[in-house]
Amino acid sequence: MCGIVGLFLKDKTLEPRLGEMLTDMLITMSDRGPDSAGIAVYGTDRDGQAKLTLQAAEPSQFEGLAEEIGKEIGARIEQRVIDTHAVLNLPQDKLSAARQAIKRLRPDIRVMSAGDIIEIYKEVGLPGDVAKRFDIPKLTGSHGIGHTRMATESAVTTLGAHPFSTGADQCLVHNGSLSNHNALRRQLAREGVEVETENDTEVAAAYLTWKMQQGHSLGEALEAGLGDLDGFYTFVVGTKDGFGVVRDPIACKPAVMAETDQYVAFGSEYRALVNLPGIEDARVWEPEPATVYFWSH
Amino acid sequence: MQIYDLEADGLRGLNAALQGASGNETGWEVVNPRGSHAIAVGLDAPLDVTVTGSTGYYCAGMNSQATVRVAGNVGPGVAENMMSGTVIVDGDASQYAGATGHGGLLVIKGNASSRCGISMKGIDIVVGGNVGHMSAFMGQAGHLVVCGDAGDALGDSIYEAKLFVRGSVKSLGADCIEKEMRPEHVEKLTELLEQAGIDANPSEFKRYGSARKLYNFDIDNAY
Repeated sequence: MCGIVGLFLKDKTLEPRLGEMLTDMLITMSDRGPDSAGIAVYGTDRDGQAKLTLQAAEPSQFEGLAEEIGKEIGARIEQRVIDTHAVLNLPQDKLSAARQAIKRLRPDIRVMSAGDIIEIYKEVGLPGDVAKRFDIPKLTGSHGIGHTRMATESAVTTLGAHPFSTGADQCLVHNGSLSNHNALRRQLAREGVEVETENDTEVAAAYLTWKMQQGHSLGEALEAGLGDLDGFYTFVVGTKDGFGVVRDPIACKPAVMAETDQYVAFGSEYRALVNLPGIEDARVWEPEPATVYFWSH
Repeated sequence: MQIYDLEADGLRGLNAALQGASGNETGWEVVNPRGSHAIAVGLDAPLDVTVTGSTGYYCAGMNSQATVRVAGNVGPGVAENMMSGTVIVDGDASQYAGATGHGGLLVIKGNASSRCGISMKGIDIVVGGNVGHMSAFMGQAGHLVVCGDAGDALGDSIYEAKLFVRGSVKSLGADCIEKEMRPEHVEKLTELLEQAGIDANPSEFKRYGSARKLYNFDIDNAY
């Protein structure tokens, strides 16, 4: 099955409550996906600063990391360790060098996301436990998406959890399964786009990144995906300032959306939305198949 | 009138109470549904149940005799496999509303999503708004009335269900064709609209049904 939630805030006064609201939505979707959970949150932009979210098997692997990488690339790096994840703040122009340095110096550490404001936290386990480990209710931001996974296409591992991020400040969560992901993975590899896992969803994320690298907008990339991605899917995607939803033309996978003056919310089921403020008066609808929905700040 | 707080007293308790309700407790109101699944399923008595708010999957599934009204939207599979009775949804319905229903009346005042009335086997469904794609797929018996528009592949592989659509039909599915609206069809449609409490002029509807070309093996239908 899998459960997806998403929240795009229009009202800035709700931003301090983003993590809390998303956590509530995520936990409600536990019985759609108890294998693993993940969340991507878009926080505050800091001038000239970028963020890297990293994951390690043990938090001790982060000891001395900021200093070591900072020395290597000649930049001051701030590091915040949260359980198995660490968020590095560093100058934007050093982001690529930092990624290279991590790959070289600490090959066991995985990059979950990179960009100006995105942070991704994901682990195996029940959504409630995952939210607690990373103190997700405390996170603030303008928008975020989350996923509870019932694994179908690849193993239950941290890297197999959603969201998948394959481009700066981009992320994607998926409910469904793709039937042509292996062919697409080979095609993307020929184009120079590598994916890290065997997971079908990562291929979809990489496909959109590839399309956008070619100059397409996210909306155009999603439109193109309707022709190229075969299978069942409801996707929710995040970008630095945007939030999008698309379902395949058959649209078997459930989706409910709600919009008020304060927010746009997405849930696999209406249950996920019931605690949002003003939901009683929200416009609630089911997104149409093969139709791209997108909001941006 | 019995009032049942679903949030406080739980789903199993609700369905047990409704399924075991005696003859003198016919009126029920279910409050705080909050999108829960399987509300008021398997009822088999002439109860009158109102759910105040929106529900999740399979609301009023397998209904016999009871009247269930939802003052809100419903998730996938409302009134699935209904045998008799009436289910009324004030808002919109998600996928496969009234699927495999054998009898009774399902009224959706708002829109219904894809596969409305899939494999219907005698149920009557009246939708005030639009229906999504693949509605009445493999419909075997009963009536689907759509006061708005129908999506792609209406009545794909249909058997003997009768479809009435007032608005546009995006496309007809395999073996589904437009058919003549004879006096008996106008009469039945008038009756269904009246029962559903929907004000629409029967003369504005078109009828669709099976061309009956898929009934027997034909090599031209093999792919």
